[in-house]
Amino acid sequence: MTAVRGLLARSTLARSLAWAVLAAVALVIVSDLVSAYNDLQLATGAYYFAALAGLTVLAGQSGQISLGHGALMAVGAYTVALLIGNEGWALVPAIAAAVVVSVLVGIPVGAAASRLRGPYLAGATLAFAVGLPALADKFSGLFGGENGLTINPPVPPSWLGADFPLERWEAWIAGAGAVIVLFVLYNVIGSGVGRAMRAVRDDEIAASLAGLSVARTQTTAFIISAGCAGLGGAMLTVVLQLAQPGAFPLQLSLSLLTGVVLGGLGSLVGAIWGAALLTLLPNWTTDIAHSFSLSTKVSANLPLAIYGIVLIVAMILWPSGIQGGLRAVFGRLRAARGPRVHAARGSA
Amino acid sequence: MLRVEELTTDYGAVRAVDGVSLEAPEGTVTAVLGANGAGKTSLLRTITGLVPPRSGRVKIGDADITGMAVEEIVRRGVAHVPEGRGVIAELTVHENLRLGGLWRRGGAAPVAEIYELFPRLGEREQQPASRLSGGERQMLSIGRALMARPRVLLLDEPSLGLAPVIVAQIMAMIRSLADNLGLAVLLVEQNARSALSIANRGIVLNLGRVVADREPGELAADERLRHAYLGF
Amino acid sequence: MTKFIDLTLSGISDGAVYAAVALALVLIWRATRIVNFAQGAMLMVTTFIASAVINSSGHYWLGFVVALACGLVLGALVERVLIRPVEYAPPLNAVILTLGLYTLLVAIAGMIWGNTPRSFPPAFSLRGYEVGGTRLLFTPNDTFIVLVVIAVAVGLAALFRLTSLGLQMRASAFAPEVARLLGVRVARMFTVGWALAAVAGALAGVLVAPSVFLGPNSFDPILITGFVAAVLGGLDSPPGAVIGGVSLGVALSYVSGYAGSSLVPLAALVILVAVLMLRPGGLFAASAERRV
Repeated sequence: MTAVRGLLARSTLARSLAWAVLAAVALVIVSDLVSAYNDLQLATGAYYFAALAGLTVLAGQSGQISLGHGALMAVGAYTVALLIGNEGWALVPAIAAAVVVSVLVGIPVGAAASRLRGPYLAGATLAFAVGLPALADKFSGLFGGENGLTINPPVPPSWLGADFPLERWEAWIAGAGAVIVLFVLYNVIGSGVGRAMRAVRDDEIAASLAGLSVARTQTTAFIISAGCAGLGGAMLTVVLQLAQPGAFPLQLSLSLLTGVVLGGLGSLVGAIWGAALLTLLPNWTTDIAHSFSLSTKVSANLPLAIYGIVLIVAMILWPSGIQGGLRAVFGRLRAARGPRVHAARGSA
Repeated sequence: MLRVEELTTDYGAVRAVDGVSLEAPEGTVTAVLGANGAGKTSLLRTITGLVPPRSGRVKIGDADITGMAVEEIVRRGVAHVPEGRGVIAELTVHENLRLGGLWRRGGAAPVAEIYELFPRLGEREQQPASRLSGGERQMLSIGRALMARPRVLLLDEPSLGLAPVIVAQIMAMIRSLADNLGLAVLLVEQNARSALSIANRGIVLNLGRVVADREPGELAADERLRHAYLGF
Repeated sequence: MTKFIDLTLSGISDGAVYAAVALALVLIWRATRIVNFAQGAMLMVTTFIASAVINSSGHYWLGFVVALACGLVLGALVERVLIRPVEYAPPLNAVILTLGLYTLLVAIAGMIWGNTPRSFPPAFSLRGYEVGGTRLLFTPNDTFIVLVVIAVAVGLAALFRLTSLGLQMRASAFAPEVARLLGVRVARMFTVGWALAAVAGALAGVLVAPSVFLGPNSFDPILITGFVAAVLGGLDSPPGAVIGGVSLGVALSYVSGYAGSSLVPLAALVILVAVLMLRPGGLFAASAERRV
């Protein structure tokens, strides 16, 4: 037992594997226990998590803000829709291809972004978020214009049984993607790449004096987060069986930002909080709207209003988000107990 | 008359000013000396209100100005020429001077007076302040402080970066301001010799505390003090 | 040939609107070193208010003036209440806060007025001038747009160069601590800066509303083009904002006319990235390039 403990303490890979297995098992069990509707919510939360986790690593670990991740999700979504719908590809290769395409798009965007800071970076990614989806209009023949592209629902494999619910299968697919993202990012954070990101984030000049290439580190972080966003978008299309411009407005990028801010920049656990928020809030506001008999005008805009308030209040009162708040609380408890002996690890 | 009583200022965990008391009467120059980090600049910044004190009092005459906002303290007749001159490089000489007298409105010194005092500035009236030499910038920041007809003048290391000849001119100018305008001058300097040459009183700070408060002659005569704190 | 003239003239008129938004962004950047990503939403709100006033009173100019006045108040209020806490925080906080304000304002506008865009009256006729038998697309309303933006730009320049208020605002922007030592109420100058910027934004809103229609999201593209124009001219330069705005307007007009209107947002993105990569200080940067 102590050998395992020792391995877990020393090896980021072992820990990430342990967390991934735990998460996968938990997902399988929970998806079995809850209703079909909840399975759909699980699936939704999972694909949001993929995009949020990538964005929180980019913003928190590498210090770069991006308002364009909604557009990067769209890249993954449309790739899957085209490959499965038009070309008849199978599920897994199509999703893998979507990740590859998002990574490829992420390279030039990330290279440009690596040279920008603060509000300039925000403005440029904002322009990207609005400019890219406009392509769907321009090439409406290929991308289906306003209506977008549809695909057939994914069919559960026969060895799961003929009665295996579609929603639970979607939850498994999206969940698998989320677990992979968790595994990859946990390793990135704890590895040399993660350390380089944090070094550049904290002091670019010192980092470059220490031999790190600032541009390469920043671009790598962006590419990784683009791949995660693309994966999230791909899973979104699998779950909704649809890829259309209306699903990727500017508001999506801003709600991703809200999820990341609320969860705490740089925190993978925080990304889970954020995913929960983005999945559950629209339902809650609809329920509130019904119980108070609010008009559709109000209820449709309520989630957005809440995102706006969250962002404003968080920046004024609580810049480190929920996870930061929790960490502050636990940090005080841990300090009371005494120092840890082993070497510091990356935050999770 | 500027009076400081048991003033203490903390920057986080560091005590920058530790129970400092001093007096700067009208028409005199009081030099505040000491090595780098002794707390001289922190003392000035606390007096002017840029930094709130932890305890102690600052008084102008009978008025207690402790803890007031900078803008209010300035309106009570305190002028602070900060470390590095604080000349606004993007504005012209004339605009820098005008800025100094703005809140005074009717009571401000006419700019012409300042040009009389500092003819070199008059020659460069419309030039951006970025084009001025170090000595000219010092004149500009002092002139700008005078625009508001202050009663108390705080100077933070005016000799910094200036050639000895210019330093002598600036020091002579400061002395004449105290004599002719009746200003209470608090002069923070690392260049102890120049400061003591025009001062009525010398106060030495070390680690935020007053270690000596004497006539300049006495300070210069005390070899141990000179070597330990004043560098000559 | 007529097409080229039409595109150029409408580009100038569009550009005047971009210039107004760019001016707003530049004023705020100079004062508080913040890019106000909520500027588009703020001018959307003032334009909605103008629309309500125009509809209930029947007077266009009353609505026009009310929009500007509301801009003044809104700008001051936002700075005092929301921006003050993050003025000295890391820049990322202000970015996120203004984005949150944008989101909130768009949502509130949707709740009050609904998400369907509605029409907004122009100040003057929309019938193009007739020149030697051809009817141009350039209208008396376009002339008004260009003239009023020029007037505002000149007015602001006069304010900054010639008045004590302008001197205090410039001092507060260049050297806030020194300005405080000279008795300038720097915090108040920041509020005035935001208020004036919001007026410029409100002006842009009522000028452009007739062509983009009035809805919660109608002004999103204007924010982006205004930002690109501001960066093009240099975030520190009000005259750069005007020149950048007009140049961008003409350039995008050509893109729209010859390549298709759906490529305009992408073209704006390309121009933005090109400027940021090659001349980050803007095309009219006076001093050495600043590190973005």
